[in-house]
Amino acid sequence: MAVTTYSGAEQYNFDIVKKFAVMSLIWAVVGMFVGVYIASELAWPFLNFDSPYFSFGRFRPVHTSAVIFGFGGSALFATSYYVVQRTCQTRLISDGMASFTFWGWQTIIVTAALSYVMGYSQGREYAEMEWPIDLLIEVVWVTYLILFVGTIMRRKQPHIYVANWFYLAFILATALLHTFNNLAMPIDLFSMKSYSLFAGTQDAMTQWWYGHNAVGFFLTAAFLGMMYYFVPKQAGRPIYSYRLSIVHFWALGFMYMWVGAHHLHWTALPDWTSSLAAAFSILLLMPSWGGMINGIMTLSGAWDKMRTDPIMRFMIVALSFYGMSTFEGPMMSLKEVNALSHYTDWTVGHVHSGALGWVAMISFGSLYHMIPKLWDTKMYSQKLIEWHFWLATIGIVLYIVAMWISGITQGLMWRSFDEFGNLQYSFAESVAAMMPFYAMRAIGGMFFLSGAVLMLFNSLMTIRQAKQENAVLEAKLAAKLARA
Amino acid sequence: MEWLMWFSKPENTKPVALIIFFVTFVGIVLYVYGSKNRSKRLETYRDIPFLDEQQGERLGDQKDTKDKQ
Repeated sequence: MAVTTYSGAEQYNFDIVKKFAVMSLIWAVVGMFVGVYIASELAWPFLNFDSPYFSFGRFRPVHTSAVIFGFGGSALFATSYYVVQRTCQTRLISDGMASFTFWGWQTIIVTAALSYVMGYSQGREYAEMEWPIDLLIEVVWVTYLILFVGTIMRRKQPHIYVANWFYLAFILATALLHTFNNLAMPIDLFSMKSYSLFAGTQDAMTQWWYGHNAVGFFLTAAFLGMMYYFVPKQAGRPIYSYRLSIVHFWALGFMYMWVGAHHLHWTALPDWTSSLAAAFSILLLMPSWGGMINGIMTLSGAWDKMRTDPIMRFMIVALSFYGMSTFEGPMMSLKEVNALSHYTDWTVGHVHSGALGWVAMISFGSLYHMIPKLWDTKMYSQKLIEWHFWLATIGIVLYIVAMWISGITQGLMWRSFDEFGNLQYSFAESVAAMMPFYAMRAIGGMFFLSGAVLMLFNSLMTIRQAKQENAVLEAKLAAKLARA
Repeated sequence: MEWLMWFSKPENTKPVALIIFFVTFVGIVLYVYGSKNRSKRLETYRDIPFLDEQQGERLGDQKDTKDKQ
């Protein structure tokens, strides 16, 4: 292994990392605020204001795009640029390309949100953007791929650290998924409207091949890249087993692509296809838990950090949620369980156990680790990090418990028959039964959002503090030079 | 060239793909765990994140927060 002395900002492009890190926090607050708003619309429907522009249908993709691509995506750009530079001990190959990915990505999030509110949508889960925005994503993503691979190719460290493997798999898989899922024909060159190249069952298959692999490669593999770098760094000790991380990587890579069809149980899909997807979903439990154990065991011998270090707590709770949601997912992929859970709020709860518990918590932990290093200072307030941790944890628990209860209640109500074989409950009755849990979910979301607002404030104050410290240093230096 | 048609049928190519992936995966596991020397070498890569430590950024001594309250 090559050992290189760190020489700070001159050696690495940290400017791009800073920009993405700040935008990640801003999108977290915006996206979570919209999430809380639409959750509140379900609990208190007057919030729709009888206007299409405020309707749940238009705001829902604004929420998912802002949190997944705005917050999660920006956090991944930030951390991947940071990790690839530091573990390859080289600067990004092009500052211009890096800057293009930043402005391109932010333009995508803003234009996507505006287009949804205006009523433009492909109606494809997590890929609602219409074709002009899809083309921009393609260009930005290929630039990202070239930049990342180019940086790896000019590394000073002979071995490519495993976190970069996960990031690279995420970039490659996302390119593939985005391209094929969005093959569509616009009705006119100057129209936003397009139609998918696929039809019927094939279209559903393509959508869920994309949908689940967006979970597998965007929301899992990429954040595992984050985990494999930031957990050891924050713990101050190397990853528990490097060999296990290699097996974790390849097992996820081989298995994830097969499982999308478990979203289509009991549909027009051939039975063997969804059975195959369920079988691979169960198999996925092993590498997922292998990875979780690898992350958690990194703390072996330093468990006291769980008491003393709130950033470490974010990371370990994230890994615990990774373990829980990768157990719940395979269980829900079983046809018998799915017959109860599908189309209910249980699915929504499961997604948020992964999205809030795993994705958001590991991102918060990593950003709290990275931000003071980027600005060469210390976090403004540790108390606020503690508060953030508890607000986020309480918020997640409220959210997923509410969705478990409402989801299982829905599933049971929909399959209840009376003595004459008629449905026992109307759909409206099941909706009415959900109301307390929708309110509970909205309150859970408010807790989580409050934590994110604290983090944004804490981070902005940290940046301000760093600037003040720099100004004082410069003034001292100038005074010294004037005396000399 | 008639034999090439065999590959055009998904019921042929899917099991073949599965066998190729499975054998490759078993090969990777054997490669990773099959030799003591290789295992030792692979485990040295764990330290890569710590090789470009910033001044004052030491193992197990990361106090990244300063309480102002």
